[in-house]
Amino acid sequence: MEKFLRRLGKTGVTFICRLGELSLFIGRALYNCMTPPFYFKLLGRQFLDIGFYSLPVVALTTIFAGMVIALQTYSGFSSYGAESAVAAVVLISVTRELAPVFCGLMVAGRIGAAMAAEIGTMRVTEQIDALTTLSTNPFKYLVTPRILAGIIVLPLLVIVGDIIGIFGGYVVSIYQLDFNPANYINSTIDELQTIDIVTGLIKGAVFGFIISLMGCYNGYKSRGGAQGVGEATTNAVVTSSILILIFNYIITGMLFTK
Amino acid sequence: MTENKIEIRGLHKAFGKKKVLDGVDIDVKKGESLVVIGGSGTGKSVLIKCIQGILTPDSGSIKIDDVDITQISHKEAEQSYAKMGMLFQGAALFDSLKVWENVAFGLIENQKMPRREAKTEAIRVLRQVGLAPDVADLSPSELSGGMQKRVGLARAIATKPEIIFFDEPTTGLDPIMSDVINDLIIESVKGIGATALTITHDMASARKIADKIAMLYKGKIIWQGTVKEMDKTDNPYVKQFIKGSSQGPISVEV
Repeated sequence: MEKFLRRLGKTGVTFICRLGELSLFIGRALYNCMTPPFYFKLLGRQFLDIGFYSLPVVALTTIFAGMVIALQTYSGFSSYGAESAVAAVVLISVTRELAPVFCGLMVAGRIGAAMAAEIGTMRVTEQIDALTTLSTNPFKYLVTPRILAGIIVLPLLVIVGDIIGIFGGYVVSIYQLDFNPANYINSTIDELQTIDIVTGLIKGAVFGFIISLMGCYNGYKSRGGAQGVGEATTNAVVTSSILILIFNYIITGMLFTK
Repeated sequence: MTENKIEIRGLHKAFGKKKVLDGVDIDVKKGESLVVIGGSGTGKSVLIKCIQGILTPDSGSIKIDDVDITQISHKEAEQSYAKMGMLFQGAALFDSLKVWENVAFGLIENQKMPRREAKTEAIRVLRQVGLAPDVADLSPSELSGGMQKRVGLARAIATKPEIIFFDEPTTGLDPIMSDVINDLIIESVKGIGATALTITHDMASARKIADKIAMLYKGKIIWQGTVKEMDKTDNPYVKQFIKGSSQGPISVEV
């Protein structure tokens, strides 16, 4: 019994320590985002890495998501004679949920892991200390550009995902389900509300922050050689994926329940 | 104004219950080369990390040019940190940058030197450490261990720091390459008139580059003096260490 309580206490204390460490990390990251010097060149490189090179995976995942939603909605709704709702359902589910979540998860796997591995390796090979000895703030040089790029780029990716996802729904509806193209496009535009786009943007920014934060935090705190870096990479992907799904629910709850 | 470049008094640092530094006192005069010897895990690395502001000591004072950097804010201390350079044990080159960008890093990021000028300067420093100009455009992973050390040394001296730290500069190198690096260290340190603080457990290297040697044991400096004094001392700890014997007062914790 005592052993059990001890273990419980230790886990609790470790958890709280981690939480405190993470809060300090967030504070430091945000502070450094707002104070000079800024490394615009590094920021630009992160835009490319996180944004541009993620376009293929985002396009592929969202187009199939849009396609499958069109199929599934049709098969479900046609028995009620409500086929005309397909365009609206595709629009709402892609813009509000699927595009942001798929973008988030794909980028978490692609970029979160890479960030943790790169920064973690720099940590264990003393490259981060080397930055300090060259009078360069490692936080500003490594963490800030990644977090800023995450917050800025993810919403843009979500917009791209929105368009491609809706296009996927369109393709299936027109070529497989024999909808009238003009009608389909008209009903999509009629149903489109500002909130659909805004939701995606907000979620994108939050997810981008989570991905970069988890990648950088886990990499920055990694210890003990190759194994430590491996752990950091796993943790970065797992925690950011879970947090993305949790925050997706929270944001939807805040925006759509009255 | 004293002539001490670095003056450390009563430096303490503990990690959890483990006391790593337990009241270290060290003076390094301007232009002098001090070598701190000691076994693995005696806190040598922690000592230089404290001086460089990578770790914050628990108590004690560290004066650089008579300014106690533990008493001022990190921002104010940056001026002192800018005077320092360091050669890391594993060279710690930035593998996302080319060799010349590594060497020119401090020049470009802090001294705001234009890139083209910085490259010329980097190639000049590379030549100084015995590397051909065509190495400049390679990436660090394409270099051998000895070459990486040379690039690390070039990066450390490129900004012409007043204090240079060497963290086990010869570890992992063959004896001949070690000697080459030792020569380069002496040359480059004297060349820019810098003060040097080296930590090592390689006695051959220590003998060669040291003006003064200090031995760190159980978080304290237990002996210091010149190389000649070291050979004559009857301090049992120092004797055991330079002989490299497992018999003596120093017990190895396994």
